[in-house]
Amino acid sequence: MSVTDEILVSVKGVSRFYGDLCAVNNLSFNIHRGEVLGLLGPNGAGKSTTIQMITGNLAPSFGQISINSIDILDRPKKAKQHLGYLPEHPPIYKEFTVDEYLRFCAKLHHIKHSERQEAINIAKQRCSLNEVGKRLIGNLSKGFQQRVGIAQAIIHSPPVVILDEPTVGLDPIQIREIRSLIRELGEDHSVILSTHILPEVTTTCDKVLIINKGSIVLTETTEDLQKRMQSSSLFVGFHQAPNAEELHKFAGVDSVSTTKEGYFRIHHNPDIDPSEQIVLKSVEQGWRLIEIRPEQLSLEEVFVDITTTEEHSSINNDDVMVEAVYS
Amino acid sequence: MIITIASREVRSLFLSPLAWSILAVVQFIMGYLFLGQLDLFLQIQSQLLAMNEAPGITEIVVTPIFANAAMILLLVIPLITMRLISEEKRTQTLTLLLSAPVSITEIVLGKFIGIMIFILIILLLMALMPLSLLAGGTLDYGMAASSFLALLLLLASFASAGLFMSTITNQPTIAAISTFGLLLLLWIVDWSADFTEAGSVISYLSLLNHYRPLLEGIFKSSDIIYYLLFITTFLTLSIRRLNADRLQH
Repeated sequence: MSVTDEILVSVKGVSRFYGDLCAVNNLSFNIHRGEVLGLLGPNGAGKSTTIQMITGNLAPSFGQISINSIDILDRPKKAKQHLGYLPEHPPIYKEFTVDEYLRFCAKLHHIKHSERQEAINIAKQRCSLNEVGKRLIGNLSKGFQQRVGIAQAIIHSPPVVILDEPTVGLDPIQIREIRSLIRELGEDHSVILSTHILPEVTTTCDKVLIINKGSIVLTETTEDLQKRMQSSSLFVGFHQAPNAEELHKFAGVDSVSTTKEGYFRIHHNPDIDPSEQIVLKSVEQGWRLIEIRPEQLSLEEVFVDITTTEEHSSINNDDVMVEAVYS
Repeated sequence: MIITIASREVRSLFLSPLAWSILAVVQFIMGYLFLGQLDLFLQIQSQLLAMNEAPGITEIVVTPIFANAAMILLLVIPLITMRLISEEKRTQTLTLLLSAPVSITEIVLGKFIGIMIFILIILLLMALMPLSLLAGGTLDYGMAASSFLALLLLLASFASAGLFMSTITNQPTIAAISTFGLLLLLWIVDWSADFTEAGSVISYLSLLNHYRPLLEGIFKSSDIIYYLLFITTFLTLSIRRLNADRLQH
């Protein structure tokens, strides 16, 4: 996987209003070739609106969107050739068989007659649809329909693939397959992945974009996000527990709370890790340490933290925006 | 691209029982009317022989058949146009077309041509009945062709209006009802035209007023232009309507 400098999707100062309601407010970001971008946000944050604007289903009220340096408003047909899109509900014709449907999609995307069968076969193989080619889409299970939707999005091997909640309704094995497919696509395409499932982001995406109330509240690489998740608390347990005050005396400790008999949660200054001191002291004092581990914030907690603290988000907003544009 | 969309439309139509049942019902009713008309002709044949410039079989059988067909298809066309866009909106498959490298004009024209192919099938099946008369006689080809053209243009107008109504709503039944209402109104609008001052304008708008002359073999280019304008207007409105869905209101 190599992220190159080539920008495939560029969103500049895009806003969208529904009447007076501002669904997306001055959004800017770029996606490079070979990058998988995870789009996160609570319900009604503007994820779908953003995606619909990028795919040309909605026109932005302000701002500019270009795909592979082609403006989607000026030359929509040309720009859309570089796009593959799986909406939230897979756009499938239930009365068609999988093969017929994919043939129609291939035609829609101007795939030449001689290459059509090949393209259909590759798409089917990538989404493991080989056995169901002759079956009616309406008779397939939700998971298979979802995969047909994905096959439709990648049939013309577009440089930019946009998937809106692609793993909904799939079983765990299929989810793993789809995730590895997304990683595979991410090698030479750009992928935008909108999802509610947070672990999906850490396993499949290179970069995370969190939107709340129509504005970007965070753009970070997944690695940085992982670091952010390293929190500053320790979980310790003793057989012969000391007083909480004793633990408070260690350098860097901010607060100590008891969870149950003999177990404590110690919040400390992120720069000073008191764990070594605690272990030494425990041996010295005979506290009989039985457990000590750094606690990691889950992505959920980070997400909730970012999207619920109003002040935090509005302060960070401008910095992030600038960073997003020039990154 | 237009052809791709049109052929998918026709395929989808024939994959549902709706198209087949419509073909069957229309054909059955037309067959009944045709036989009735034919009976009438056989009854009055002897009187006709005695008349100077007596109307031929084309006028007695073919013209009334096509006149009745227009009424029957006024009821039927809304049923086949109702799904065109509204169903795609409802099942959210329209997104597939909108995010593909296809312009909205191509989508609308593709849908229109798809439905016209179906209408042509209805018409050809219907035309087979008068043509069967060739087995025992001869037809006024010019007049029959004019009737055929009249019905084709009329049905194309119905279809374009139905297509437009289908872009307005995502409930197929509402699209059907409003298409039917609009067409019926345009059909009967000249009934009340005599009582108003703007009568002549209103009666000019009537679909029926432009249909009848063509049916009777009076070929006026203004009638043809009326239909072409009607079709273009509704297709343009459909394109604009679909475009407006993307824009901010």
